[in-house]
Order: sequence, then structure tokens, then C-alpha cells
Amino acid sequence: MNFSVLTTQFWSLCLQGVALGFIYVLISLGYTMVYGVLRLINFANSEVVMVGTFATVIAQVTILKNAADSDPLHGFRLIYTLVFALVFSALVCGLLGVLVELVAYRRLRALGTNRLASLISAIAVSIVLSEAVRIYSHSAPLTSPRLLEKWSFGEVAGANFRIDTVMIIVAGSLIFFSLDRFVNRSRLGKAIRAVSMSEENSKLMGINLNRVISLTFFIGGLTTGAAAFFYTTVYETTQFNVGFNLGLAAFTAAVLGGIGNLRGAFYGGIFLGVLEQFSSAILGSQWKSVTVFLVLVLVLLIKPSGIFGEAVQQTRT
Amino acid sequence: MINIRDKGAAIWENWNRTKRVSFVAVVIVLVAFLPYAGTFPLTSFLNTPITSYQAVLVYPIAMFVLMALGLNIVVGKSGLLDLGYVAFFAIGAYTMGILGTMTHLNTWEILPFGIGFAMLAGLLLGLPALRLRGDYLAIVTLGFGEIVRIIALNLRQTGGPNGVVGIPNPPPIFGQKFELNDHAGYFWIIFVMIMLVIWMVRRFTVRRPGRAWEAIRQDEDVAALMGVNLLVYKLWSFSIGAAIGGAAGVIYASKVMFIAPDMFTFNVSVLILACVVFGGMGNMWGVILGASILAYLPERIRFISNSRQLVFGLVLLVIMNVRPDGLLPRKKREKIKHKEVK
Repeated sequence: MNFSVLTTQFWSLCLQGVALGFIYVLISLGYTMVYGVLRLINFANSEVVMVGTFATVIAQVTILKNAADSDPLHGFRLIYTLVFALVFSALVCGLLGVLVELVAYRRLRALGTNRLASLISAIAVSIVLSEAVRIYSHSAPLTSPRLLEKWSFGEVAGANFRIDTVMIIVAGSLIFFSLDRFVNRSRLGKAIRAVSMSEENSKLMGINLNRVISLTFFIGGLTTGAAAFFYTTVYETTQFNVGFNLGLAAFTAAVLGGIGNLRGAFYGGIFLGVLEQFSSAILGSQWKSVTVFLVLVLVLLIKPSGIFGEAVQQTRT
Repeated sequence: MINIRDKGAAIWENWNRTKRVSFVAVVIVLVAFLPYAGTFPLTSFLNTPITSYQAVLVYPIAMFVLMALGLNIVVGKSGLLDLGYVAFFAIGAYTMGILGTMTHLNTWEILPFGIGFAMLAGLLLGLPALRLRGDYLAIVTLGFGEIVRIIALNLRQTGGPNGVVGIPNPPPIFGQKFELNDHAGYFWIIFVMIMLVIWMVRRFTVRRPGRAWEAIRQDEDVAALMGVNLLVYKLWSFSIGAAIGGAAGVIYASKVMFIAPDMFTFNVSVLILACVVFGGMGNMWGVILGASILAYLPERIRFISNSRQLVFGLVLLVIMNVRPDGLLPRKKREKIKHKEVK
């Protein structure tokens, strides 16, 4: 127990927590979008994150030919590299999401079976993904080159505004708010919301169900891929088994905020990030997940559908 | 699609008592001889490469069948999605580990403690968690499974990451000795436990708890409306499932003589759940078949060592897509016999 950090590092922990929280937010969007539409936990999403981290490193090292020990880049080349890696990772994850839906969910959905069958087939897909990457990487961790020099903008109240922290917060909020606009304002977003209210009725209204569901998986994959890029930029290393813990935390965040609800995922993710930072500073990082789950159970006991409730605009059938 | 389950049930219904009893006796004898199946030329195809066949028969096969039957009560009979079943297995194993090394109690004396602690944990988790529905219950149980593992990893009393070493083997009963490399004895003891569980579940199914579970599984709201006490029967199902997991844990720890936190990861929960769903939720015979196949397959294909988990995942994916209700699904509508209604 080390409560002194509450006074000495309060703002620093908050800032770190928010940055970590944005990574969780982006991953949990992958869960929450799919849950909103299909009422299914997309179990394979955790492995999609893992593939995304590998895609980021491959984009930087193999495609753009930066040596694993290359010096930090500057100017246009730096921006080009980062944006390319971000887009590449997001696209890979988006397409993978669509593929997961095709392989694991589509046939079962057409047969109209119980939800557990889909759950197991999603789990099977995640076994396949993580094993394929394990064999590809020979179980070894993959290091990403430090292309972004980690300079600091300066300190405010003890919180160190490092470039990667700022980048995550700015880019993460941009991605989140554009997605929120997309779902709530655009025609396709309206289709997604319609399907999440009632599959049958949206079919009657002339919505192409399969296309909307594929689109949902694609968007969920995009944000997940972006999160994978940020994760790799901050931690600079990845392995075939990083998916599980990230996915679990992100899923918890989605449930905490109210699963199926975009804004719920946002607040849930940030809250979880801050909570994790504080609990690892106070209790030690090994008790981090225990604290998180205890908080989750307490929240669910008091408010069984998460802090912000399930999808606000939806009626449950 | 041929419905083997209904065919089997129809044949069973038409048999008289003598035929049934003799059939069960033959099956029991055949299963009891399974540890020696690897030595006969006719059945030697069962032999697994690298790991000894007898060892595979005990863990994972028999152990998985036992745990899958336990989880089947929770997931299959009452429709509660439990993603943290490994927690009860771990609690049983650690009870055996700690009591076995610190006190002079032997395995059979610790077994009730293991079952008791697992049930207690099931009640403690169930009281808050079972008020939640569907996916929320799933995430809370998942979290519970992780919490148990993390606590075992970080406490000094549980040996931290090194686990507990030097757990004693069970003392002999009825002249049957239990040693590390004598697998047949363990197989028989787990087989007896499996038969007890089957008998227990069959009794439950035709009595009040079984009917309550079935009602809860089909529709919670309607069940509550008909006067089923949801929390009580959910707790029953949860803690009976937990008890079976705990018993499996005690035997497991006592057999391998060494336990460590990384034996109790989320993957085990997923695998057991996969056994239940793969075999056919709610139907015991399906679950037994599913668990045997899923436990046996990765060992049988060990010769493709590096990619065997990959092949396992692919097989699971294909079978779930071809037979989404499992290999032997339950009957679509369980018929209620006239004499049970009154």
C-alpha cells in the first residue's frame, strides 16, 4: 500500500491513465459495435488487436524498410511513416474483422442457432489466429523500432506531456468523435442503428443485413487496428499473446460503460485506464486486474447494465 | 441430418429392465478396461504418440469429461454462461496442495474440504453474480477465474509463481495403489466419480431442481412468474457445478504432485466450455463424447507438434459450423411423462 502517490503523482497518473484509456476505448469499440448489432461478444477481437500490433511493426520494418535499430525519423518522413503504419494496421484489422464475421458468424447466423455456438466458433477463430502468429513469429517477441523520438512538450502539475501520450489522446479523440458522428448522423450509421434495434424490421425496410453487419465488423476492426498502432508506438514490443489481456481489459471497459453503447465504451475505457494506473501505483501492478474486476462487480451490482446503460437509443426485445 | 440422440433414446425406451442393466454393465466393463486398450492389436490405433496413452486417458480425457459434466449443469442445464470454471478446479487443487503439504490429512480426507471450499466459492461468486444476466454474468465469472489465478500467483502461502510442490499421492484403497506413473488407478477413481456425477445429474433432471433449471434456461421471466425461485436454483446449479470442479482439482493435484498458477489459465475454462458446446449442451452423453474428442485430439496429433493447436482450432471451427448444436444435441423438446405431471 502506497498512498503517498495520490498526492505526489496525482496528475501524472491521471494523464497516463487517460492515454491508456484511449487505447482501451478504441479496442472496446470493436466489441461494443458488434455487440450492439449482433448481441454477441466478439471473442476474436482480442486476437485482432494482436494481429494489428504485428501489422504495425511489419508496416514500419518490412514495407517501409526501417531497420529494427534505425534512428528516430524526423519531418515529413516521420509523419508519413506513422500515418502509413496507422492506416495499414487499421485496414488489416478491418479486413480481418470482416473475415472473422464471414468465417465464424455468418453461417451460424443464417442457421439461427444458439449464441453459445457462435461464441465457441469465435473462440476457435481466435485460437487459429494466435497460433498462426505464434508459428509465424516462432513465439519470440517482436520489437518495433523507435521511429518516434519521445520528447516532451513540458510538465504541467507534475504530468509529463510526452509526444506519444499527446498523440494518443488527440488522435484517439478524433477517431472516436468521427465514429460517433458517423453512427449518429450518416445514412450507413442509421442502417447500423436500425439493425441493432431490430434485425427483422430493418430487413423489411430494405437494409442489406449482411452488408451492414460486415460494415460493423469492418469499423470495429478499424478502431481496433488504430489501438494496436498506438499500443505498439508506446510499448515498442509485441508478442503473439498480447491480445488476451488487452482484449479482456477492453471488454471490461465496454461492460463497465454499458455494452452496445458507443459513449459508454468511451467513458468506460477512460475510467478503466485511470483506475488501472492508480491501482498499480497504490497496490502494485500485480493486483491491477483484481481491482478492476472488483470495481466491475460492484458497478454491475449497483447498476446491472453498466454506468451509462445499454445502447441509449435501443429498445431491448 | 441423422439424429443419433433420438435414435439412441428410442432404442433405450424399448428395452426392458434386463436389457438395460446388462447394457450398462457391459459399457462399464468396457470403459474400465480402457487403460489396457493400447496393448491389444485391435485397439492399438488409440495409442498416442510421445505422451503415454494411459497418462492421456487420465489427464486430459477423464478429467475433462468430469469437469465438462460439472460445467454442463451450469451452462447446459440452466443456461448460465460461466467463463471462469477453472477457478473451482484451481480452488480444489490448491486445497489439496496446501492441506496435503501442511497437514497429515490424506487425499480422501481432503476431498470433502476441496469440494466444500469450491462450493463456498461458488456461493460467494454466485450471490452477487447470479443477479446479472447473460453476458454480464459471463464477464464476471471470467474475472473471477482470473482473480483466483492472480491471487494464487501473488500470495506467499500458495507459493507464488512456483506453486506448491511435493503434494502426496492418495493412499491405497481396496488394495489399489496410487503412484505417479501408475495411471490406471487414477483412471478408475475418476471413472467412479464420473458415474456418480451421471447418476446425480439424472436424478436431479427428473426432480424439482432439474425442472426449475430447465424453466430458467428456457425463459427466466416466465420461470419467475411460475414461482421458480430464480436465485436459489441458480445458486444450486452453480455450486453443484463448482463442487464437481473442486473434486476434479483435488484428484488432479494429488496425481501430478505439483501445481502452479499457470495450470489454471482462462484457456482451461474455454476448453471445458468448448467440450460442453461441441458435444451438445445439456445432453450428458454428448458432453462426454465432446470432452473425450477435444481432450484426445490434440494428443493424438502431437506428431505435427508445432501446428497442432492450429489444427485443433480449425477442426473446432469447422465442426461448430457444420453441427452448431453439437455432436449429440439434446432433444428439441423434452417430453414430460404423464406420471410426473400429477
